[in-house]
Formats: sequence, structure tokens, C-alpha cells
Amino acid sequence: MAESPVSSESADPVSPRLQVPGTVDQIIKLTRYQLREYLSSRRFVALVGIVVVIAAIITFIVADLQSNAAVKALLASPDAFYGSFWGGGAGFVVVLSAVFFGGDAIAGEFQNKTGYFLMGLPIRRSAIYIGKYIAAFLASASMLLLYLVLLLLNGVHYFGASAFPWQFLPSLALALVYLMAVLGTTFLFSSLFKTSAYGFVLTAILFLIGFGLLQTLITSVVKIEPWMIISYANGAIGDVFAPTINWGLSGTVTVTKVPLGRGGGFDTVTSYTPGVAEGVVIMLAYFILTAIAGLYLFEREEFT
Amino acid sequence: MSVPSIETRHLTKRFGSFTALSSLDLKMSGAKCVGFLGPNGAGKTTTLKLLSDMIFPTEGECFINGLSVREGRKRALADVGVLIESPEIYASLTPNQALEMVADLRGVPVSERRDRIATVLEEVKMRDWADKKVGRFSKGMKQRINIAAALVHDPSVVILDEPATGLDPRGMAEVRDIVRGLKKRNRLIFMSSHILQEVTDVCDEVALIDKGKLLFYDTLQNVTSKFADGHPTIDVGLSHPLADEALLGQVAALPGVTSCVLLEPRRLRLKFSGGPDAQEKLLESLVALHLGVNSLSEPQSVLEDIYLRQIAKGD
Repeated sequence: MAESPVSSESADPVSPRLQVPGTVDQIIKLTRYQLREYLSSRRFVALVGIVVVIAAIITFIVADLQSNAAVKALLASPDAFYGSFWGGGAGFVVVLSAVFFGGDAIAGEFQNKTGYFLMGLPIRRSAIYIGKYIAAFLASASMLLLYLVLLLLNGVHYFGASAFPWQFLPSLALALVYLMAVLGTTFLFSSLFKTSAYGFVLTAILFLIGFGLLQTLITSVVKIEPWMIISYANGAIGDVFAPTINWGLSGTVTVTKVPLGRGGGFDTVTSYTPGVAEGVVIMLAYFILTAIAGLYLFEREEFT
Repeated sequence: MSVPSIETRHLTKRFGSFTALSSLDLKMSGAKCVGFLGPNGAGKTTTLKLLSDMIFPTEGECFINGLSVREGRKRALADVGVLIESPEIYASLTPNQALEMVADLRGVPVSERRDRIATVLEEVKMRDWADKKVGRFSKGMKQRINIAAALVHDPSVVILDEPATGLDPRGMAEVRDIVRGLKKRNRLIFMSSHILQEVTDVCDEVALIDKGKLLFYDTLQNVTSKFADGHPTIDVGLSHPLADEALLGQVAALPGVTSCVLLEPRRLRLKFSGGPDAQEKLLESLVALHLGVNSLSEPQSVLEDIYLRQIAKGD
């Protein structure tokens, strides 16, 4: 053992006046600082711009094509209007926000070396992970709310302020649960790689294309309910605006006859709609599993 | 018996088949500056990262103020200031905001925070930049903020990995002043550095590591007397490269010369026995050999000489 060769006056002991905050307190503090970082970032401004553009496109389409049969059908009732535009758009805004705020949340700490600034602090790694997750959740949720407000302004124009469907509340709650799951997955990918681009690309491809493709394959080829696919579960966000709502834990199976053309005869197409409780369970399962896996990886990740 | 401020026990780190650190046993305490020396890849940064829980040991353990870093990083790192690998600070933050975050997460009382931040910003000469965004700072300015972040809670133990990285000569001198100031305030500083002059200037003890193994750990004074061979040393500058081995042999064979090393193609290091007379004769002989001698100087640091010889032994 190489010992200090000179016994000199001891360094001051641990200063009793410094009380390191508790882990929950540190998570709250870190969330606050990280959120401030997000809100002042260029990507936040860019995302606000994208959400505004999406809402503007909806406004333009509805205003310009009011004579179109499909648009007429959407304007027939607030439920149809909100069910279509909120149900369809919220999921997209969730994925986009999660990619923007979560894609490099962990990987960026390695790639940009900002992690070295935090890792020397007396703070649990799990607290860093959770604090960053909550901050990304709040920043993404603010985008969802912005989209909601812009959509409501459209809705108020066509249906009046009093026509606010009660389904918005469960639908918003479902969208937030979906956000939890998507962000959980994004953070997992971000922990998996030390390069931000992988987290961004993998999450975007998986949620914008991959899961939808898998869902179609499982439904049409394997011909079973795609309950294991998160893009199936998030259908519940729009489905709560339907005339009949399945609140249950199992999905609804619909078999539709499709005419086969000149030769006559029919084929059948089977489609599945998730129950609301089923959707929640699937999304929560994604959140829990990805959160545990992401935390596990980050706890073991080395800042080499 | 008091608990050592920093202790490593059989600390080993392997990356695959490569052993970056091999069974390092170190114990240090007291108010002083310990210089941690070694060539690139010797295991210095690996050791410091293990001490701050950025990487995990393959074998062995490390302790700060008696607390295991792996088992309780939060408590172990509570009274330590760490600067490793010149971290980047979130670009949108100002120095005030970045230090506020560090102080807040470390539990510096709100009543003291503003003063502490102002003090450390003054120490690193960045007070005029306190409210400018870090994203626009140069590497050296960021490094000053990193040093401030390591000191904002006035820790008893300070771990610094090449703190002068990216700093201009004035910045380097200021780092030395900061380290001296910390020593006066009874702090233990464990600092890796490539700048041997810096180590000689501010460190009380030195630990030399090479290929993951500790070669020695002792006071600067002991190291100098133990490893220096007592012979006067001079560096000889040449106007043209010395490529002729026979000529080098002639230099080595000059009366009084005990060792002759070609440090660079145009720089020789000679050790010789004897006093001023011997040196005078040696210089006359060197000139007579027509080597193109254009300068004579004493080596910048005895430590450099010891360092080079110890590292060369392991090659």
C-alpha cells in the first residue's frame, strides 16, 4: 500500500453545514433545470413551429374543402371532428415531441460530454435519469396541450364554445399515458447508445413506421389481435370519441365483407379496436418495461 | 487514527483484455497537493474516474473520506470537487446558472449560494462573464467554469484531471494560484497533470503511474533525492540533427560524462561528474567535436528527468 508519505495536518472533515438534498428533492431540482434547458432550446421553438404548422394545415383543409364529402362528415358532429383530428394528430405530436426531447436525453450526456458535469455530483444515477425523464415529459406534454388548444380554436369556430365533448378528458389522459410509454422507449434507446442520432432515428422509425407495419402484418397475416403493439393501443386515444365506446380490457373484433370486383363474391377483412382499459394496460406495460430496462442500462453505463 | 481522505484498495480496471489499472493501492490524507503523473494511457484518468464513480472497478474498491464510492456514491462524493475530462456545460446556461445548479444539487444553503458563486467566479477570473451563455465560450473559458463548479461547495477533497487543459499561460498560472489557495485552506488536491513544471511548482507529493501500475508515491523532495543520481545535467541544443551514432559515442566517451541521451534530433542531455571546472572542460570538448552546439541549458525540471528515466525503464 502506497501511503501518504508525510503525516500532515488533516484536510478539513466533511463540512457539517453541507446537507446534500434527498433524492426526491434532487429529482425535482434536476427536473426544473432540465426543463429550463428544454424551454430555452432551439428544438423547443422548432417543435412549436411544427405543431402550429400541423394545426394550420388542418385549419386550411377543413376551411377549404367544406364541400368535400369526407370533410362534411367530419364537420357533422364535434365527436367526429375531434375524434379524427385529435385522435390522429395527438399520437403524431407525442412521437415527435418524444424524439425531440428524449432522443438524446441520455445519449447526449455521453456524446456531448455534458454527463461529466453531472456525474461528479453526489446524486444517484437513477435521480438523473428520472429528472431528465420528467422534464422531457413536461416539455412534450406542453406540445400536446398546444396542439389541443389550436384544435379547440378550430372546433369552437365550427361548433361553438359549448360543444366541448366530455371524451376529451379521457382522451387527453390516454394521450399522456401514450407519451409516458413513447418517452420510456425513447429513453431506453437513448441509454442503449452513446450516439444521439441512433436514439432519434430508431424512435422515429419505430413509432412512425415500424409499429404500424408490425400491426398490419399481425392483423392481416397472423390474423390475431395485435395487443402487443403500442401503436394499436394508442388507437384508444381517438376511439373514445366513437358513438359506442369499449371501456373493457379486451378489444372489439369487426369483420367486414369486401366485394371482390367483377367476378362477384366477397372476401372478409378483420379489424381490431382496442378496449380503453386494454390500451391503458398495454401502454403502461411499455412504460414500465422500458423504464426499468433504461434505468438498468444507465446505472451500468460507464463514462469512459 | 483518522480516515484517509482518498484510499484505493487493489483497484483494478480492465477494458476487455486491456488492463488500464492494475491493483492500485493508494492512501492519502492531509492538506496538500498530490501530483498524479504518467504518460498518455498510463491509467491516470481511469483512476480519477473510478474515484468519482464514472466508471466501475473490475476488482478492488475506492474510498473517499472512508466511504465506499461504489456502495454510496452520494455520500462519498458529497465533500469532493471533481473535474474530469473537461466536461461540456449545457450551452444555454450562463456560468451563474450552471453554478447555481451545481450548488443547489449539492445542498449549498441558499443564503450562502450567491456569495460562493461570486467567490469562485472571481477565483477563476470569470466574473465579467457570469451572465453570458456558456455556449459561446472558448475551451479555456469553459474549463475555468468547470474548475469553479468543482470548488463551488468548498470541498475538503478536490480531484482534478489535467485542470490546465485548454488554458493559456496566464490561465495555467491562475490554476496554480487556485491550488495554492486550496492548500492554504487545508484541502487535499489530487491532480493529474502532464505539465511537470506545474507539478513541481504546486505539488507536495507525486505519484507516478505507467501501464496501469504505480511506480512510486512519495514527497517531491524524497523523489528528487531518491531517484536523481546526483550528477549535474545539461541540455545541449544543436544547430543540425545528430544522426551520426559514432559521433554520439564520442560525446558519451568524453571525460566526466556519465550518461548521454539524444532527447530529440537536435537536443542532447548530458550528465557529468565534477564541478564547474569539469563543466567548462566538457563544453570546450563539445565545441571541439563540431556538433553544431548552439545552446546550453539546465533541464527545466529535475522531475522531468526522473519521469523520463522511470518511464523509459518500463519500456
